[in-house]
Formats: sequence, structure tokens, C-alpha cells
Amino acid sequence: MLTLEGVHAYYGKSHILHGVTFDIAPGEIVALLGRNGSGRSTTAKAIMGMVKVEGALRWKQQSILYHKPYEIARMGIGYVPENREIFPNLTVHQNLLLGQKRSRSIGRWTFDDMYAMFPRLKERQHTDAGVLSGGEQQMLTLCRTLMGDPDLIIIDEPTEGLAPKIVELVGAYILRLKERGISVLLIEQKLTIAMSVSDRALVMGHGQIVFSGTPAALENAPAVRAEWLEV
Amino acid sequence: MNTAFIVISLMNGISYGLLLFMLSAGLTLIFSMMGVLNFAHASFYMLGAYFAYSLMGVIGFWPALIIAPLAVGLIGALFERYSLRRVHRFGHVAELLITFGLSYLVLEVVQLLWGRAAVPYALPPALQGTLFTLYDIQFPKSRSFIMLVAVLMLVAVWLLLTRTRIGLIIQAALKNPEMVEALGHNVPRVFMFVFGGGAALAALAGAIAGNTYVTEPSMAAAVGSIIFVVVVVGGMGSLSGAFVASLLIGIVQTFAVALDISVATVLQPLGISVSPQIFGYALLSLTISQMAPILPYLFLVLILIFRPNGLLGTERG
Ligand SMILES: Nc1ncnc2c1ncn2[C@@H]1O[C@H](COP(=O)(O)OP(=O)(O)OP(=O)(O)O)[C@@H](O)[C@H]1O
Ligand SMILES: [Mg+2]
Repeated sequence: MLTLEGVHAYYGKSHILHGVTFDIAPGEIVALLGRNGSGRSTTAKAIMGMVKVEGALRWKQQSILYHKPYEIARMGIGYVPENREIFPNLTVHQNLLLGQKRSRSIGRWTFDDMYAMFPRLKERQHTDAGVLSGGEQQMLTLCRTLMGDPDLIIIDEPTEGLAPKIVELVGAYILRLKERGISVLLIEQKLTIAMSVSDRALVMGHGQIVFSGTPAALENAPAVRAEWLEV
Repeated sequence: MNTAFIVISLMNGISYGLLLFMLSAGLTLIFSMMGVLNFAHASFYMLGAYFAYSLMGVIGFWPALIIAPLAVGLIGALFERYSLRRVHRFGHVAELLITFGLSYLVLEVVQLLWGRAAVPYALPPALQGTLFTLYDIQFPKSRSFIMLVAVLMLVAVWLLLTRTRIGLIIQAALKNPEMVEALGHNVPRVFMFVFGGGAALAALAGAIAGNTYVTEPSMAAAVGSIIFVVVVVGGMGSLSGAFVASLLIGIVQTFAVALDISVATVLQPLGISVSPQIFGYALLSLTISQMAPILPYLFLVLILIFRPNGLLGTERG
């Protein structure tokens, strides 16, 4: 339902993506792996219309090239950026409210769903989001995007800097999104979580997709891992 | 210096400070959202005064007080939509230059339509005269009206920002517009709304200040530099900072204008007489009232040295 064909992306004059091609089917979890600086976040921004892009970008059979980020979000693509960009001086509840695209929108998810999934957020719903722990902030960004009821959610490095136990928790929640029919593009550096939850793995290097296959196939391709993933 | 003088000067200062806040509030909001220092902000203030003056003759003062700011707000929104937004991708310098250009354009158009001299924008009968007199010192009704309008505006803006959905979106966009847009909010339209709203507030300030003070082509430049001082002193992008700085500068300037004291007059009672032969006589005999116009800039320099982020400003990422 999302298709990228020969996508090039630029920051000003610097050419970052060199013809990225892949697609994501409904309800599929796709992991996008790669080293630092390989262009994974740029791929997410290219899909969201946040960088200058050339090539073909289609969502539900419709071109989304040159659409504005808010239009792409309204078409049903949710984006959870790296670095947990919460609104620190607004409360947890207000952060969630901002995830809704209009007031009283009825989607797959309600506030109660979010608070049931993360009781910690319910306890702190009237606290400023800026004082939450790193893990809590990560949950909040995820929930905030879910409140917009996306059909595809792009999650950029959700486990960065989190304790192993919380990383497992994040994995479990991603699987629950799939149960509700949501597609996931999971950008990761840690192989473990990506391998355990995803249906398909893509490996990126120097702004191109250098491997595409099942997690098992990646498991059996030590050369790919050595060249593009291991440090 | 007696109590009556202090009370009245304080009230004049607060009234002037609140007026400055009506201008700096919009300026600082626009700056923190879009990163644009809007050089034309004071031009909207001037347009408000001239529009209200012209409309008053046709529909009367009170309707003009509402229509003039709305018309200027619309001009502001259209300017953002069709001019500022287009140069946005060329960076902040281009944006700055285009607002600079607009301020000159407005000045020329105003002089073309209304002439170079001041226009007779008079107070309506209801606002003429004094509100009260304290030991022979009068406090005019018009100044209290400025205070009333500014306070109402303050409450309205505060309610809008904290109690409504659009306010929530504005608050979030002040810090991180890209993220707000990625969540599906039409941030460009919010920018247009804030720019137009800021222009309308400036115009409202102009409509009530134009007949309390003077409506003339130089009124934009006169207040323009002061509101930049207010915004920097308060901390770029900080509404509460702009409020504190507005009152501070309003009060300091009002008192300064009224004080006929110089270093020489202070030294006199101590038996030191300062005569024209003494080195530095020109400086020592300067009265505070003569220095009043430069006080805000002195303040600006001190703040930039000792608190570069302003009184209530925070570091910007
Ligand atoms: N705003 C920017 N301006 C210019 N170059 C950028 C910008 N953001 C990223 N880049 C460059 O683009 C390349 C790819 O960056 P990207 O953020 O997509 O990498 P990544 O795979 O997400 O890695 P990581 O998040 O671990 O740093 C890097 O070389 C980076 O230096
Ligand atoms: Mg990244």
C-alpha cells in the first residue's frame, strides 16, 4: 500500500538517497536497518514530505510526491520521529490531544486504549511531558501518533537509549499494532528487536536498499550483515 | 516629587506599557513560530490608526475601532499567504528583507493617501476629558481606555492560547512546528492566522493610541524600535517576558520624561556647583528627561551583555 520507486532525497545540495525502492503491504511489519548515517531517517522524512524528493512515492495507489507533511499525515501515515519530539511544556494529555487530527475524531484508538496500554501515562496525564523519563516519552510519542489513527506508522529508532526490558515491551506493542491491521515501518539499529517482530527486513547502505528479505534470510546472510550492519 | 505625581506617572507608564505589549505580543509570537522578525509590525500599528481615522468619519468611532483592526488583520494574513510564505524557502534573510520592504511601502502609501502631516484623529466625546484628578494632576479617560482594551486583549489572547484547540496547536507550533505538521495539522494556515492576528492586535493598538497621542507618518518608526527592544529584553519568543519588559520600559520611560533632574542638580545641594567651564558639563547637566529617548536602548545593551536570552527567555535550539 506504500510504494517507493527510485526515490532520491536531498538536503539542500547534498544528495542523500540514491534511488530507494521498496513497498509495504497492508498489515505488514517492515524493518529498515542500517548503520548511522545510512539514510534511514531521511527515508522516513522523504515519505512524510519533509525533505526535497525525486522519484515515485505512492500511497494507496495515489502519488504523494509534493504533498505537504500535514496532507500526508491526514491520508493515514503516522510518523514517530527519532529523539522523541514530545512537546515538553504541554501535559501528557495535551500531547495526546495534539495527535488527534481534529477535535473529537473517532478512530481506532481512544484515550482509554492508550492509558490501558500504558498505565504509567494515565498516572501522569496532567504532568508536563518534559519531566517524563526517556522510556515514558517514547511511549508518549508512539501513543500521540496512534491518536491520529494511521494505517501505516513509521517509527524511527524507538528503542534508542532504552533498557532491555523496555525494548521488549516496545516489541510487544508493535505486534499489537499489527493485530489491529496497522502496517509498521520500523527503523532500527538493534537487530534483535527488528528480527523478532518484523515480517521483512530491509538493509540500507549509502542511501540505497542493499538487502531485502525475511528476517530468516538475513540471519543466513552473514556477508550482508558484516558489510552493512556490524560495526 | 509627591505621591500624586508618582501615582499618575505610574498609571501613565502602565498605560503606555500595556500599549507596547499589544504590539510586542504579536511580534514575539510571530518570531518564535516562524523565526521571522517582522519589521513591518509597527506599520500595521500605523495602518490601524489611519484606517480608524478614515472609517470614523463614515461609520463612527466605535464601529471603526472594530473594523479597522479586522481590515488590517486581513491585510496581514494576505501578506503572509502570498508574499512571506513564498520567500520562506529562500531563508530568513529573504523574509526579513520582504518585511523591511513592506514597512517602506506602507509608509509611502500612508503619505500618499493622508499626507505627510499629522491627521486630526480626535477622541470621541465619551473618551474626552479626565477620569480623575489627584492633587491637580489629571489622568485622562483615553489613557484608562487604553488600559482597559489592553487588559481585555490580554485575557482574550490568554484564553485563546490555553483553552482552545487552536491555542494548543499554536503553543506546540511555537516550539516545534515540523512535528506539529507531521501530526496532520495545517501549520502554514496556523502561521497565517497568527500573522493576521498579530497584525490585527497591532492595528487595534494603533486605533486607540492614534487619538490619544498623534496619528502621523512617523508614528510607526517611533514605536517600531521600542517594540524590538521590548521583545529582545523580554526574551525572544516569550509572551510573559514581553509583558514584563513592556511594563518596565513603559514605566521607566514615562518617569524619565517627567524627571527634570541631572547630575548637576543632584550635586548642587552638596555644595558642588557645576559650571559651564567644568570638563564634561554637557554630560553632567543632561536631565533624565533629555535622556529618556535613549534609555530603552541603554537597557537593551545592558540586557544583551548580562542576560543575552532576555529577562524570561530560554535558550533556543
Ligand atoms: N538536516 C540535514 N542536513 C544535511 N545533511 C543531513 C541532514 N540530516 C541528515 N543529513 C545527512 O544525511 C545522511 C543520512 O542521515 P540519516 O539521518 O538519514 O541517517 P540514519 O540512517 O537515520 O542514521 P542515524 O539516525 O543513526 O544518524 C547523513 O550523512 C547525515 O549527515
Ligand atoms: Mg536516524
